[in-house]
Amino acid sequence: MTEIFGVPAAVLAGQILLGLINGSFYALLSLGLAIIFGMLNVINFAHGAFYMLGGFVTWMLFSYLGIGYWPGLLIAPVIVGLIGAVSERLLLRHLYRVDHLYSLLFTFGAALALEGLFRYVFGAAGKPYPQPAELSGGYNLGFMFLPLYRIWVIVIALAVCFGTWYAIERTRLGAYLRAATENPSLVQAFGVNVPFLLTLTYAFCVGLAGFTGALAAPIYQVSPGMGANFLIIIFAVVVIGGMGSIVGTILTGLALGVVEGLTKVFFPTASAITVFIIMILVLMVRPNGLFGRER
Amino acid sequence: MSVQSTTTTGLSRAGVSKRMLFFIGLVAAALAAPFFVYPLFLMKILCFVLFASAVNLVLGFAGLLSLGHAAFFGGAAYVAAHSAKVWGFPFELAILSAVAFSTLLGFVFGFLSIRRQGIYFAMITLALAQMIYFLAIQMPFTGGEDGITAVPRGRLFGVVDLGDSLTMYYVVLALVAFGLFVIWRTVHSPFGHVLAAIKENEARATSLGLQPNRYKLIAFTLSAALSGLAGALKAISFQVASLLDVTWHMSGEVVLMTLIGGMGTLIGPGIGAAFVVAMEHYLSTSGLPITFIIGVIFMVCVMLFRKGIYGELRAWYLRRAGRD
Repeated sequence: MTEIFGVPAAVLAGQILLGLINGSFYALLSLGLAIIFGMLNVINFAHGAFYMLGGFVTWMLFSYLGIGYWPGLLIAPVIVGLIGAVSERLLLRHLYRVDHLYSLLFTFGAALALEGLFRYVFGAAGKPYPQPAELSGGYNLGFMFLPLYRIWVIVIALAVCFGTWYAIERTRLGAYLRAATENPSLVQAFGVNVPFLLTLTYAFCVGLAGFTGALAAPIYQVSPGMGANFLIIIFAVVVIGGMGSIVGTILTGLALGVVEGLTKVFFPTASAITVFIIMILVLMVRPNGLFGRER
Repeated sequence: MSVQSTTTTGLSRAGVSKRMLFFIGLVAAALAAPFFVYPLFLMKILCFVLFASAVNLVLGFAGLLSLGHAAFFGGAAYVAAHSAKVWGFPFELAILSAVAFSTLLGFVFGFLSIRRQGIYFAMITLALAQMIYFLAIQMPFTGGEDGITAVPRGRLFGVVDLGDSLTMYYVVLALVAFGLFVIWRTVHSPFGHVLAAIKENEARATSLGLQPNRYKLIAFTLSAALSGLAGALKAISFQVASLLDVTWHMSGEVVLMTLIGGMGTLIGPGIGAAFVVAMEHYLSTSGLPITFIIGVIFMVCVMLFRKGIYGELRAWYLRRAGRD
C-alpha cells in the first residue's frame, strides 16, 4: 500500500475527492450568494433553505410522481427559481429602500420558516434518494475506487460555474446586469427594465441553489437541516473569497472543500472548524477577502 | 415661542413623573410576579430580557448587527455549569468566571469582526459563533447533544440556599436589574452619545477625532459580557447548559426579540423577549411547528412593523398626542 505522510494513498485520494465534491457545492452556492449580494445588495440567508428545497422537490417528484433523476434535475431548479422570483417580486423588493439589515433579517425569517415547515411535515430524519442507474458504476483506478456519480457532480458543477461566469462577464445581458449594479437609475434611463433584471437575477441564483440541492440528493440524504449546515460555511467562503470576483468565489469554494477534506485526514477533530480558522486568518491579513476589492 | 417652550417643559416634567410611576409599577410587578406565575418561567423571561437588551446595546444603539451572540450566551452557560458542577465553584464564582469568559470571547470576536462593516460584520460574527458551536459539539466536557445536566445551584455567599426557586428568582431578578442598569447608564453616558453619533454618521464621528472602532469594540465587549451574564444565570437557574443555546437559531431568535420589541429603545427588547418566550411556552404544548411560526413572525415584523411593539405604540401615542 502506498503511503503519503503516513496515510494510505487511497484514504488521502478519497478525502480529496470528497473535498472536491463539497467544494463544488460550496462553489455553486457561494456563487449565487455573491451574485445576489452584488446585484441586489441582499445577503440571502434563505440560500441554504432554497438548496434544501431543491433537494426536497427532487425527492418529492421521484417519490410522489415517479419522475426520475434527469427530469428532476431540470424541474427542481425551475420550481425553486419560480418560488424565488415570486418571493422577490412580492416581498423582498419592498426592502431595497430600507437598511440592508432588514432584507437580511427577512431572509433569515424565511429560512427559519422553510426549515421549520419541512421539519414539521417530513420530520428531521434524512430521506434517501437513489443514484441514477446510468451513473451508478465507477472506475477502479488501482489505488482507489472512483464512483461515476461523483465525477459527474464535479464536472457538471464546474460547467455550470463556468457558464454563469461566461453569462455575466461575456454576454450582453451580463453587461446590463453589471451596469445595473454600478448605476441602476442610469441603466433604467437607457430603457433597460432594471426591476425585472433584479427579479431574474434572484430567480436564477436561487434556482442555482435548487440545482445544487438536486445534485446533492443522491450523495447526502435529503433532510430539512441540510441547508443550514452548508449556509454558514458558504458565508465563510464568501468572506474569504471576497465579494468582488466570480472566479475568486468559485476557486475559494473548491479550494476550501479540498482543504476541509485534507484536515479530515490529518486532524479529524478540527475538520468542522477549519473553514472558520482560515476565515479568521484571512481577515487578519486581507480584510477584504482574497479576491475582494474595497467597497 | 415662549409659550411653546413652557408647554414642552411642562410636558417633559409630566413625562418624567409618568416614567417614574411606570418604573415603580414595573419593579412592584417584578417583585410580586412569582406569587402568581411559575418562578422558573419568570426566570427564563428575565434571562432573555437581559440577553435581548444586551444585543440591543450593539444593534440598536451602535448599529452593529451581530448574528453570533449565542456564542456568548451559550458559551457562558457552559462555563457556569461546568465550573459549578465539576470544579465545585460557588454560585458567585461560577457566574463571575462565565462572565469573564464571555467578556474575553467578546473582545476577541469584536476585534476580528469590527474590521468589516454592515453585512460583512453580521456574517463574520455568525461564522465565529458557529466555530464555538462546533467546539461545543466536540469538546468532551460539554456533553455533546445532552449538554451539562444536574448543575447544582449552590448557596449565595455560602449562606442563602438557592435550591428554592423563589429565592433563586429574586437573585436572578437582582442581577438582571443590575445588567439592565449598566445598559441604561451606558446609553445615557457620554460614551453612549458617541456610539449614537457613530451609528448616525461614522465618517463625521471620525472627522471629529473619535476612533469609531475603539468605541464599537468596547460596546461589543460589554454586550458580550452581559449576554454571558444572562446565559450563566439561565444555566444555573435551570441547572442545564445545552447545545441549543449556542446554535445560530438562538442568535437569530434574540435578534427577533429585539426587533419585535423595538430596536434602539430601552424597554422594547424586554417586551419582545417576554413576548417570544411566553409565545414559545404556550406553543410548545400545542404541537404546532414553533420554528415555522417564529420565522413567519420574523418576516411579518420586517415587512410591516419595523419599529417593533414598543416603537409602534410610541409612534401611535405621539401621533395621537400631536393631533389633540
